[in-house]
Order: sequence, then structure tokens, then C-alpha cells
Amino acid sequence: MALSLSRSLSNPARRRLRTLGFLSPWLVGFSVFFAYPLIATVYFSFMHYNQIKEPTFVGLRNWTYVFDQMPLFGPALWNTLWLVVIMVAVRVVFGLSLGLLITKIKTGAGFFRTAFYLPYLAPPVAATVAFVFLLNPGTGPVNEMLGAIGISGPNWFNDPDTAKPSLVLLSLWGIGDLMVIFMAALLDVPKEQYEAAELDGAGAWARFRYVTWPSITPIVMFAVVTGVVQTMQYYTQALVAGKVASGVNIGPGSVIQPGYPEHSTLTVPQLVYSMGFQNFNTGAACVLSLVLFAIAMAVTTLLMRKRSGLLAAED
Amino acid sequence: MTTTTLRAPAAPERTAPLRGPAAARARRKRILHWIAVHSVALAVALLFVLPFVFVFLTSVMSDSQAMSGELWPDSWNWSNYKTVFDTPGFLEWWRNSLLYAGLGTLLTVCSAIPVAYALAKFRFRGRRTAMLLVISTMMLPPQVIVIPMYLVWAQQLHLSGTLWPLIIPMAFGDAYSIFLLRQFLLTIPKEYIESAKVDGCGEFRTLVKIVVPMAKPGIAAIALFQFFYCWNDYFGPQIYAAQNPGAWTLSYGLESFKSAHSVNWNLTMAATLLVMAPVILVFFFAQKAFVEGVTLTGVKG
Repeated sequence: MALSLSRSLSNPARRRLRTLGFLSPWLVGFSVFFAYPLIATVYFSFMHYNQIKEPTFVGLRNWTYVFDQMPLFGPALWNTLWLVVIMVAVRVVFGLSLGLLITKIKTGAGFFRTAFYLPYLAPPVAATVAFVFLLNPGTGPVNEMLGAIGISGPNWFNDPDTAKPSLVLLSLWGIGDLMVIFMAALLDVPKEQYEAAELDGAGAWARFRYVTWPSITPIVMFAVVTGVVQTMQYYTQALVAGKVASGVNIGPGSVIQPGYPEHSTLTVPQLVYSMGFQNFNTGAACVLSLVLFAIAMAVTTLLMRKRSGLLAAED
Repeated sequence: MTTTTLRAPAAPERTAPLRGPAAARARRKRILHWIAVHSVALAVALLFVLPFVFVFLTSVMSDSQAMSGELWPDSWNWSNYKTVFDTPGFLEWWRNSLLYAGLGTLLTVCSAIPVAYALAKFRFRGRRTAMLLVISTMMLPPQVIVIPMYLVWAQQLHLSGTLWPLIIPMAFGDAYSIFLLRQFLLTIPKEYIESAKVDGCGEFRTLVKIVVPMAKPGIAAIALFQFFYCWNDYFGPQIYAAQNPGAWTLSYGLESFKSAHSVNWNLTMAATLLVMAPVILVFFFAQKAFVEGVTLTGVKG
């Protein structure tokens, strides 16, 4: 039926119909699961709504509440930005070093690649629970080992000063994806350029600076931008680490102060969850969502401008 | 490009037989370099593997030893694994995880293929805009849209307490999978598609008979990524399934498992390993598709 209908139409119209047909799953998905909720989030950010009574219009009250009065907004924003800057920087440097190392390896390359890549696959919840155990002060094997060589280990996830660095450590364990991306980029650098540089008497650093670096900058840029966007969404690891390290019994429904210890692991996405689904302050939660959205959008725009290869090969 | 590409002459010293003290020095330097690189790599690899080893060793310790910080188990309590499986709900979480990940993957793959194909191979007005929108969706933190979505699923469709609000949307194209598959499809030469058309294949038949078989590695990559995304998802089940333990997945249940067995690190580590196991098993069977998928996101464009 559809076939005979499309045959009877003129050529360009038929092509347009065909394109629409192929794109239709995404067109529906985009409007229903992206455009609609985005507009609704803006709408709710101007409403007072506790998810029981009808929403009422309150103008900018949610916005001023979040920015002026909400006690946890400051710490959450600070933690999120701290993680974005430190975690992304450390991950890119470490991922690149690991990529450089793995491309130098001749013997047992398969073993090393697997060993470095495997932790990336560990489900975040499982990896976090495992790390809270490993780094547990007093009962964990890591501090036990540090003690054996005469170092008294830090309190890791139980100290507000070391909780975020511990999360960075956890994220370094899952560096496998970045390593593979950098590895592929490094293998793409033309070999002749290294040989030419060597003939010119360039040392290891000069070869990196003048041959390797210029050809991998787009990938470094890509890693930075996607890293920033991912860290903006940082949620599961921070939440689970805080909950498990605090050691309290947390059944569903029980409300604990998020971000243990002392809000040091509270991120903006966690605040969205606790405002929307524990305090039922839909308006404030939507304002927080939009703050997150604004930052993510700014980064995306940067990505498009820098043309880090995402839209290349367009034609 | 800042460096001029010089044609390097074939390095003669590599092929010529090595002789004399200078050659011996060069060889010694090469060997030292080999040892240095491999020992650094070995040390780092050890650090990456040790957490798995400790988790495993702790998982077979006795209750009291698991609290001691000791590294080697006094006795091998394999029964810890049986205790974990006997914990009420644990098998249900497995079933739910498999349902979410299995159905989610199937729906994602089926919906991503035609969309990615159209974006890669059709020429139409607004395809650049469409690509930009796909990428923006990819970049959007899930927390931004979760509240209105939750209200629709819970208040209008009465589906909270189930995993359906997470599974159904996957029938409508996941941006990340569309993007990844489109990048892969760009690498398929036009000629194959054109010759299929000359042979009288319609657009749909060309896709099914020519493009899909050629795109198998790309499809495998998006299927694997989606499977692991669903398997690992914590935020989604927390939003929709939290009130109903019967709908929890392994990733969501694990943390509550820890709080229910608050002192039993051995049982918790056994459960942790069981949550990791399927992912690691699948990886060993599908290493190539994985690495290809990761590289595709970052490098080729």
C-alpha cells in the first residue's frame, strides 16, 4: 500500500517522504523525549508545584530562592566545578601518558591493553562500592598496605578534604576509553615525520612537542570537551561513595543529607534529584536543571566552534 | 601542519650488521629502553588489576576476616556466593537487569539503523541541523529533562515502579547510538549502495540487504555500548523503580545490598563481583567491537 502510494507521487516528494520515514523514530523521540520535557522544565521553573496540588505561577521566586537562599547550591556548584576542572585535567594527562606508554610496548601489548581497559567496563556502582571498601580507613587493604611500609593512610572517602580526590582516583581506574582514543590518534601520526625529526637531531621531548602534539590536538580537544560534559552529569559515583562510606543504613525512602562527608561529594545533579524527588520542590529542581543545561550548552557550542572532528566528513 | 614532511632515507644502520663498540652501545641502549618501558607498564598494569584481585580475595573471606584489612583469605568460603544468590531479591534484580539491557539494546539497534542511514547517506535540506540536534541531545545531562518526564510516566501513564519508562524511549532512537552508527556508515563506499539501486533495490531493501551486513561491526559496537549503558544505569532505575524493590536492577540493588549487610564486606564484594562479571565476560568475547566503537567516537569523524 505504502509502496504504491509513494510510486504515484512525484520524485522529490517521494524522496522527502522516504527521508521522513527513515528519520521518524528519531523525530518522535526528539520531540517527545527532548523538546517537550525541555519546554516543560522551563515552564515548571516559574511554578510552585509539590506534585500533589495544581501548579501555581510564582514568577522568578524559584530562581531567586536557588541563587540567594538555597544553602546547598553553593557547595554543590563548587564541587561540580572542582570535579570538572581537576578530574578532566588529570584524566586527559593520565590518559595521554597511558596512550603514549601503550604505543611504545612491543611485548605483551594485548595483555597490557586489556589490563588498562578492563576497569573502564566495571559498572560505576560496583566500582564505587569496591573502591570505598579498598580505601576504607581502618579495615581496607590499601591503608593496611600503606601501614606495612610505615605510611599512615588518609581517611579517603571519609574526610571532606580527600573525598573528591578519592573520586578522581576512582575515575582514573576507569581511564580505558580515553587510553584507546589516544592510542588510535597516536598510531595515526605519520611515521616519516618522526624519522625526519630524528634525523634533524630532535630529542624525545622535541619530537613530542613538534610532531606528536600538533597532530593530536583535535583529539585532546575532543577529550576535554566530552570530559567536561560527562563530569557536569557526575552523579552515580559521588552519590554511592557518599552513601556507602557514611555507613548508615539507607533503605528506600529514608532521607539522608547528601554529599557525605560535609557535602564534599554533593554535585548539582544530586541536588536536582533531592529537590525534585525527596523535597518535592519541583520548581527549584527545574531551575537547577536549567543551570546545568546552560553550562552544558555553552560547552557544546564551544565544541561546534572548535570543530573537533565531530561534524567533519560531513560531505 | 607545522613540520614539513621530509622523505626520510631508509635507515641504513638498522639493516646493516652491527659491529664495533658504537653498535654495542646502541644495542645496550635499546635493551635498557625496552626494560624501562615494560617495567613501568607492568607496575601500572598491576595497579589496575589489583582492585579486582582484592575484591575477589575479600569475597571468599569469613565475615570477621573481611573487616581486618588482611589481604589473603585464611579459608576459602565459596558459600558466600550462595549466600548472595539466596538473598531475597537478588535473582529478581538479575532478571530485571537482563530485561532492561536486552530489550533496551534490541529497540535501540532497530531504531538507530534507519536514522543513522538517512543521516549518513541521504541528501536533504536540514541534515546538518539534524546532526547538530542529535549531538545536542547527546550532550544533554539526563537530569535536565527528568522531572517533566517523570511526571508524565508517573501521573499520566501510571508506569512508575516499573522499568518501562526506561525501555520504551529506546524504540525512538538513542542519540549516541545514532551518532556512532552514522560515523560508521560514512565509511561505506557509495558505490555499493548505488549498484544495489541499479539492480532495482528500493531504499529499504538496500538498507537490509546491503548496508546492514556491511555495517555489522558498527552495529555490534552500538549494541554493546547500549547493553552496558543499561546494565550500568543507576539514575534511571532510581527515578522509576525505587519505590518497588521488585523492579530494581543489579546496579541499583547493589548499594541497598550493602546497607542491608552493613558489616559484611565479604558478601558485598561477592555481590560486586557478580555485578561486574557479565560485563567482563562479554568483553572477552567482543573485544574488537568495543575498541572499534571507542575509537570511532573519538578519532574518525
